[in-house]
Amino acid sequence: MRIDPKTTDKVSTGVFYLVAAGFILLLVFFVGYILYQGRLRLNLNFITSAPVFMKAGGGIAPQLFNSLYLVFLSILITVPIGLSAGIYLAEYARQNRITKAIRFCIEALASLPSIVIGLFGLLVFVSMTGWGYTLMSGALAVSILNLPVITRISEDSLRGVPHSYKEASLALGATHWQTITRVLIPVALPGLITGIVMTAGRAFGEAAALLYTAGMSSPKLNFSNWNPLSFTSPLNPFRPAETLAVYIWKVNSEGLIPDARQVADGSAAILVISVFLFNICSRFLGRLFSNRFLGKSK
Amino acid sequence: MTKCKPFVIALILVLSLSVALVGCSSNTQPTPAPAASGPSGSATAVGSSALQPLAEKAAEMFMEKNKNAKVQVQGGGSGTGLTQVAQGGADIGNSDVFAAEKLPADQAGTLVDHKVCVVGFATVVNPEVKVDSLTGKQLIDIFTGKITNWKDVGGQDLKIVILNRPASSGTRATFKKYALNGAEEATGQALTEDSSGAIKKALSDTKGSISYLALSYVDNSVKALKYDGVEATVANITSGKYPIWSYEHMYTKGEAKGVAKDFIEFIMSDAFKSTITQMGYIPNSEMKVTRDK
Amino acid sequence: MNSKKTNTDKFYQVKHEYLGRSVVTIFGIMLILITITMVLFLFSKGIKTFTQNHIPIKDFLFSTAWMPGREEAQGGPAVGALIFIIGSVFISGLALLISTPFSVALAIFMTQISPSFGKKLLQPIIEIFVGIPSVVYGWIGLSVLVPFLRHQIGGLGFSLLAGSLVLSVMIFPTITTVAADSLSIIPDDYKEASYALGATRWQTIRKIIFPSALPGILTGVVLGLARAFGEALAVQMVIGNTIRIPGSILDSTVNLTSIITMDMGNTAMGTTWNNALWSMALLLLIISFIFIFIIHRIGRKGSTSA
Repeated sequence: MRIDPKTTDKVSTGVFYLVAAGFILLLVFFVGYILYQGRLRLNLNFITSAPVFMKAGGGIAPQLFNSLYLVFLSILITVPIGLSAGIYLAEYARQNRITKAIRFCIEALASLPSIVIGLFGLLVFVSMTGWGYTLMSGALAVSILNLPVITRISEDSLRGVPHSYKEASLALGATHWQTITRVLIPVALPGLITGIVMTAGRAFGEAAALLYTAGMSSPKLNFSNWNPLSFTSPLNPFRPAETLAVYIWKVNSEGLIPDARQVADGSAAILVISVFLFNICSRFLGRLFSNRFLGKSK
Repeated sequence: MTKCKPFVIALILVLSLSVALVGCSSNTQPTPAPAASGPSGSATAVGSSALQPLAEKAAEMFMEKNKNAKVQVQGGGSGTGLTQVAQGGADIGNSDVFAAEKLPADQAGTLVDHKVCVVGFATVVNPEVKVDSLTGKQLIDIFTGKITNWKDVGGQDLKIVILNRPASSGTRATFKKYALNGAEEATGQALTEDSSGAIKKALSDTKGSISYLALSYVDNSVKALKYDGVEATVANITSGKYPIWSYEHMYTKGEAKGVAKDFIEFIMSDAFKSTITQMGYIPNSEMKVTRDK
Repeated sequence: MNSKKTNTDKFYQVKHEYLGRSVVTIFGIMLILITITMVLFLFSKGIKTFTQNHIPIKDFLFSTAWMPGREEAQGGPAVGALIFIIGSVFISGLALLISTPFSVALAIFMTQISPSFGKKLLQPIIEIFVGIPSVVYGWIGLSVLVPFLRHQIGGLGFSLLAGSLVLSVMIFPTITTVAADSLSIIPDDYKEASYALGATRWQTIRKIIFPSALPGILTGVVLGLARAFGEALAVQMVIGNTIRIPGSILDSTVNLTSIITMDMGNTAMGTTWNNALWSMALLLLIISFIFIFIIHRIGRKGSTSA
């Protein structure tokens, strides 16, 4: 007996809804579990105090700061390079060998396991430069990880700008470069910002590439010393800097502090909350800029 | 014109900033300290994660005493530490094992050994295992896969689960050498965990499991076994009755100089002894027995 | 600047045009340079096992003998990586098997069944899944999944299955996003024509939409596989790292990335052991190149058949 196509249609639709609902539930479970486990540590004291050596009750202030600073540095490196490469690919590149080579390289870089990038960082940024394990080495390693993503996002969002905009600008006598900087980039800005914030989130949670570059220790920081050349200054990029994700990994594996489990729980919760914040920020900024620029140009 | 310029300028600025940062790194490393009493300058110690907590604590105390000196302590593993010190990337290489066991002979020969303290290891099992002591022979049979059930060594009928550290780990090398008499462990049977913390967690979660941990990690969540009837205590180790222990080494390339020398001296000094004991290590000066390889 | 003659304006325009163009071209080329440096470095480190330690490539790839620390007297180190390669293949393959049906179903749901729901709710959810760090995935795997498997299914919990399950959650955003992209660019005409012929939605999806989006979906699957292959920490925490070829999905096993993370720091550079680890890193690199190649082949096929 043949089953009525309408019935199959209804059943399959039901299955699709189930799958979608399943994913939502999975996320709710993940986030709920992490937040529930970490709830005891979600207070200001945990975020603002330094880890205590071999004793319970330490916080994660230096690690959190390191994560943020590392993300900041890596954005400082990736955005100019990635955006430029994106502009090149979207606006200037002809169908030639160089373009093909760049595209291939982007894909190759994007699919590299982050542990391989970490090992490369160990060889080049840590050993060859003689810096040792530093925040800068870590930032460079994470930049390699994020470059392909930023480039692709830049190219995509520039290509997404309607052709009429570009033609109008060129028709008014603007040069190609003027068109790019004054028309295309502003219009593409919402997409760019979203992309940048998303990659920032990725850098925030990266651990494998940092184990061998930014290091697994965090020397004492003096948060009142803002001279970037001083050794204890948080701003000095040439100091070992354990990030939050690396700290979770280390606390779990060493387990030397008695409240290791709680500290790992709390750090994971902070990480997930940060990812949420990054997401909300990217959406908010994207909308803000799109209102400003598109509103104006209409 | 007004809008395009900032973009180019910003681009160039950022680029030059990153170049400048790269450039100034070399200036920041040897911080010239104002002339003052005590050692000044900086030293880096890289390597063993087992020694890292102690070295970090020591660096903290050392820098409090000597305001002009800076000591950076970094993990990364014994192999990394030895490589870095042999290649001049670090002033001190921390290691769980003798350099000759990791490095090629020509490189190991250039390094000077400083045995800063001793670490004792205990055979540990899941608390539910009803065995209190194992002989060396029994241990070897368990780890080589000849004995696979606890009932064969006087315990209950329960399958033995071996938890190992990675083959490259110093802890495993020590255990193999002194507890198993160098016997090659059976491959393909043991679970391997990357770190002592992970071992401890897996051990307390897994029924019938056996592993080994540094004494500083042993607490109520696991059960420490006697080795040939001897308990794994500090007293038994210092007197030489209990054999499963190893030195923690700090290697320097050639004789130690400058801050590195002062730092190593500080760790081996009487002033630091109580901290060593407190953190679960054994001061080298209390050992009544010695080893040289 | 407005008061200046148009001539100088022209001059600045031309100058900026060239300046801007050169700068972006240079950065584009820089990407090539970075990639080439990375490849060269890994290559020069990775081939030392074969050139310096004289291990035949055949032994490295096809031997299961992993005794990297064996004394010279007993025959010297043996660094067959086959166990790790097989481990990686099994774990990622199983992860793909688990993840693909759900990911594709979700992509279809987002684009064909309820696009508004997909865009407003599911897209952000996927982005959050992407944003959750791999250590956190590993940590949840270790504290929830491993005990669950141990108590409900049996075995030790640390298993191939645990690794695959963790990975399948980690790769689903990749597959879903790429698949959804390719599903959403299918021209509406196709659908409308199908509906006009009286087909139901399910028939349209199965017979029209799915086949036309297949190349894109496959690209997503390969990208997911590439990600699964390269993931290190999360997998290492839950697979148990027993150096053997697993007999069942409940057995513990080991893979390329976890042996690299475990041994890299503890071995000294220049030793056969350490060199073998670099060779494995090189192998991972080569595998990603192979994946890219496959994606290109799929892309080309897709564009010719469409």
